[in-house]
Amino acid sequence: MLKTYAYPKYQFRLPTGAGGDTVPRYPVVVVGAGPVGMAAAIDLAQQGVPVVILDDDDTVSVGSRGVCYAKRALEVLDRLGVGDPVVDKGVSWNVGRTFFREEEVYNFNLKPNADQKRPGMINLQQYYLEEYEINRLAQFDSVELCWKNKVVGVEPQDDKVTVKVQTPDGFYTLETDWLIVADGARSPIRSMLNLDIDGKIFMDRFLIADVVMEAEFPPERWFWFDPPFHPGQSVLLHRQSDNCWRIDFQLGWQADPEEEKKPEKVIPRIKAMLGDDRPFELEWVSVYTFQCRRMTDFRHGRVFFAGDCAHQVSPFGARGANSGIQDTDNLVWKLKLVMDGKAPPSLLDTYSRERTWGADENLMNSTRSTDFITPKSKTSLTFRNATLGLARKHPFARALVNSGRLSVPCFYTDSRLNTADTDAFGGDMVPGAAMDDASIRVNGEDGWLLDHVGNQFIALVYAPQAALAGADALLSDPIGVTTIAVVPAGGKALPGMMAFEDVNGTFAKAYDATPGSVHLLRPDQHVTARWRTFDAAAIRAAVARATCNS
Amino acid sequence: MSLITTANFYQTGKRYFRDFSPNDDFYEMLIETHRDLTDEQSALVNAKLILLLANHIGDMDVLAEAMKAAREDV
Repeated sequence: MLKTYAYPKYQFRLPTGAGGDTVPRYPVVVVGAGPVGMAAAIDLAQQGVPVVILDDDDTVSVGSRGVCYAKRALEVLDRLGVGDPVVDKGVSWNVGRTFFREEEVYNFNLKPNADQKRPGMINLQQYYLEEYEINRLAQFDSVELCWKNKVVGVEPQDDKVTVKVQTPDGFYTLETDWLIVADGARSPIRSMLNLDIDGKIFMDRFLIADVVMEAEFPPERWFWFDPPFHPGQSVLLHRQSDNCWRIDFQLGWQADPEEEKKPEKVIPRIKAMLGDDRPFELEWVSVYTFQCRRMTDFRHGRVFFAGDCAHQVSPFGARGANSGIQDTDNLVWKLKLVMDGKAPPSLLDTYSRERTWGADENLMNSTRSTDFITPKSKTSLTFRNATLGLARKHPFARALVNSGRLSVPCFYTDSRLNTADTDAFGGDMVPGAAMDDASIRVNGEDGWLLDHVGNQFIALVYAPQAALAGADALLSDPIGVTTIAVVPAGGKALPGMMAFEDVNGTFAKAYDATPGSVHLLRPDQHVTARWRTFDAAAIRAAVARATCNS
Repeated sequence: MSLITTANFYQTGKRYFRDFSPNDDFYEMLIETHRDLTDEQSALVNAKLILLLANHIGDMDVLAEAMKAAREDV
């Protein structure tokens, strides 16, 4: 098995200063070199913070595992400098089809008419994403990626966290100001700290197979309810890169996981599905069950939990890795401000508040999908099949068919960091919204809005008519705000002001922008306040609010 | 008025950012209504639900259309 990908082996090393007579002290340690931990590390490195990453293994994820990366996660990866290799290698798709028995009953398009850089989804085996993140980390001298360093003890204190680590050379102890834990669903550190994670296990088993074959199926997500080749259960097909196809078969709770993993069991299932004699090879097979649960709090003093260790969802909807990447997107700018003494530690509590809000939305949506896919009672099954039956003819029933509501960012509408609207606006770009992308032209070059914002507070002023009083002073505040004009196609900025040309009018439409209107953006590309007129004092107050400085 | 067969679920005063949300809100409420019931109890609840909703709709032409659509392919 495993023919399309050669697993790299990374060398064991100690972080600088570790293993000697003195206990080394670091500003930030990240535990777990998975997609989420490495996203945090890249973000920190980009902000100039030295990072030590500890991982108990010496290679990337085995098997495809997290396959679907959604537009918002890709936009975060763009900000981290990893978006291009991921999207170039991945298979972009927007269309999903749902079949009931032999017929297609419903399809969706994730990106209808969008003028945005990234597609709704890409499929890419998790090991490629990890490899690209490792390559990105290697560009920073300030990052120490330490393989075969297994955390075996964590002792949080008021002013630091003491961590005990086991390596092939023995044990050592380190201290860190801050600890970011991204050590996965079974999180050893969560257990070491006796922290609860509450939720429920779903009584079902799924077989995942990575299958290498030549096939003409389009790059779409295909989902079957009760197909003739796998009666009574569901099946999901995804195209990944390298002609490697991902197939998930629902098996039911009674299935024996060890038995079902055997090639002599798996191969006939795939043959029945393909319905012909085309050659294929099995690369990787796994049987999984899943849980829907989250920790009560993602922050415990100087320790943060991000990704699967903090929350787990069913796989229907690709809300696992995607939401983990959004966790670090939310955390790192806040941590940096606190480390720099520019914001109080209470800002870090909003990481937990905002991301538990996101986790709850992901849990709700993925649980609903699971309940539709695997009905728990005869009545639920009858409703499910009635919905699928009506879906052939009636649009309302198609909208009820739920084979997974694919990962989209939540809106932090109840966040205390938002400044409530005092002016009327239409559209979805409310305070707390992850920004919609738009094509723009900057200095004569075509580009994308999201490639030009982030990592700092920015005030976007649409079609300013006169000089903006106080804009220069905002820039030199301790938490500086850069003011940028967005001008309609062909429009000109005021002298000395950077301008984004809204070439297709996408920005004005999505943000309901009118001449003079202002959108204040957080470093993680979320809208935090908006007004119809520019007022430097209002912007200053909103930045204070968004950083817990008021 | 004829039978509405396009998506029509909403909650007064609730802001939806995603098209699927009102549909899923309804479906969850429906399944939750049957939680912990026996099959027989569920059948009774369904019958009562139909009677309540039918009276709410009132328009016999709409009800006839719905009944016809429900019987199709059964």
